[in-house]
Amino acid sequence: MSARREAMLWVAQRATAVALAFCVVVHLATMIYAVRGGLSAAEILGRTRGSIAWGSFYAIFVVAAAVHGSIGLRNVAIEWLKLRAPAAFALAAIVAVALVLFGLRAVLAVTGS
Amino acid sequence: MEVRVWRGTAEGQFQSFEVPRQDSQTVLDVVTHIQRHLDPTLSYRFACRVGMCGSCAMMVNGKPRWTCRTHVDKVARDGRLEISPLANFPVVKDLVADMREFFDKWARAGGRFKGNATREQPFASVDPRSAGRKEADAGVECIGCGVCYAACDVVKWNRDYLGPAALNRAWTLVNDVRDTGQQERLDAVAGDAGCHSCHTMMSCTEHCPKKISPTRSIAGLKRATWRLALGAKARQ
Amino acid sequence: MSARGHSAYWAFLVHRISGIALALFLPAHFFVLGLALQGEAVMDPAIRWTEQPLVHAAEWVLVMLLAAHFAGGLRLLALELLPWRDWQKTLAALAAAFALAAGLVFALVR
Repeated sequence: MSARREAMLWVAQRATAVALAFCVVVHLATMIYAVRGGLSAAEILGRTRGSIAWGSFYAIFVVAAAVHGSIGLRNVAIEWLKLRAPAAFALAAIVAVALVLFGLRAVLAVTGS
Repeated sequence: MEVRVWRGTAEGQFQSFEVPRQDSQTVLDVVTHIQRHLDPTLSYRFACRVGMCGSCAMMVNGKPRWTCRTHVDKVARDGRLEISPLANFPVVKDLVADMREFFDKWARAGGRFKGNATREQPFASVDPRSAGRKEADAGVECIGCGVCYAACDVVKWNRDYLGPAALNRAWTLVNDVRDTGQQERLDAVAGDAGCHSCHTMMSCTEHCPKKISPTRSIAGLKRATWRLALGAKARQ
Repeated sequence: MSARGHSAYWAFLVHRISGIALALFLPAHFFVLGLALQGEAVMDPAIRWTEQPLVHAAEWVLVMLLAAHFAGGLRLLALELLPWRDWQKTLAALAAAFALAAGLVFALVR
């Protein structure tokens, strides 16, 4: 894999890391707030249903997490699963696409009206 | 004390020797004693025996060290020592490691100076207090002993990884204002299994007998190469 | 895996294990949230199911893992992008402290 590709993956992972840092702080705070007094579907959906703000936030969260996680898993695949670079990259791409699709579906489910 | 020493190549086994314990004894003393008095067929490397050349590096109780600078008191637990060739290197015989791949990676990482001045020109003027020179100086004392390479788990998991020594040397040259091969070097270190494979485990820094931090150098390479992601030429 | 005692090594291990765990958790998370498509009546039992003590404990572990991965990640960004300082151990300690704090707050609030 070329230097350009490796550098791109590294930049993508660090850039999404910065984005995720913000998302995670918001998410952790929200969870700590939401979890008081127990959880229920009604309580969750009451907060998120029909909200463009939550929808956008979680959509960005999902895409960033998918990119960040798949690049990380690529390293694990090369180092611990002993996959060669092309196979590891393919695996990462599949994981990224799956997470984006499944994740955006969940975002729609929870924030759509 | 009982000393277990690796015999053979990649295939082989540990052989036990009874070695007299002395005051101020180093592991190199132990290996030398075995070869001279107990078993002349034992193969091992050393040269200066005073901690300058790095030739005597071996695994001592599982850690890569210079055996001439390792006192038996410090490492022999329950009076037992286990000595084997440097990890992550192919074994030539017994305690002798094959350094070829290590130095091949050194070359592949652009670890060779490339200049364009001749003897007709005056000396280059490089301020030792400049930021670039300080960065280079932090890593320039490396003698290629291989201890960092033996300590690195990424080298163990990914045989293509250029490794801490090669990347550290590349960084010192990236910071050398006289060098003209920067573009190729940055391409070389950022390729497959290059600087981006470092996960900041810092085993290299932890074990380097010269107190160099290859992790620091590799972090520098990551910063120097990010522009390659944009298809840009390397910053000089 | 070789046994290494230094803090940077543990920091790496925690970061990698937590990353893998979070990556494996995400599909399950998306699945439960996706149940909202089938309406509250289908989603609510799944949410109520998470009130069980074992699931509670697992959730708490997940929160800790997320906090640890986040804090460890900030440490890496500092090490890679800022001018080099010998503060890796300090950063690792701070990251661990943050993760524990987040876990504590979550446990208290739950």
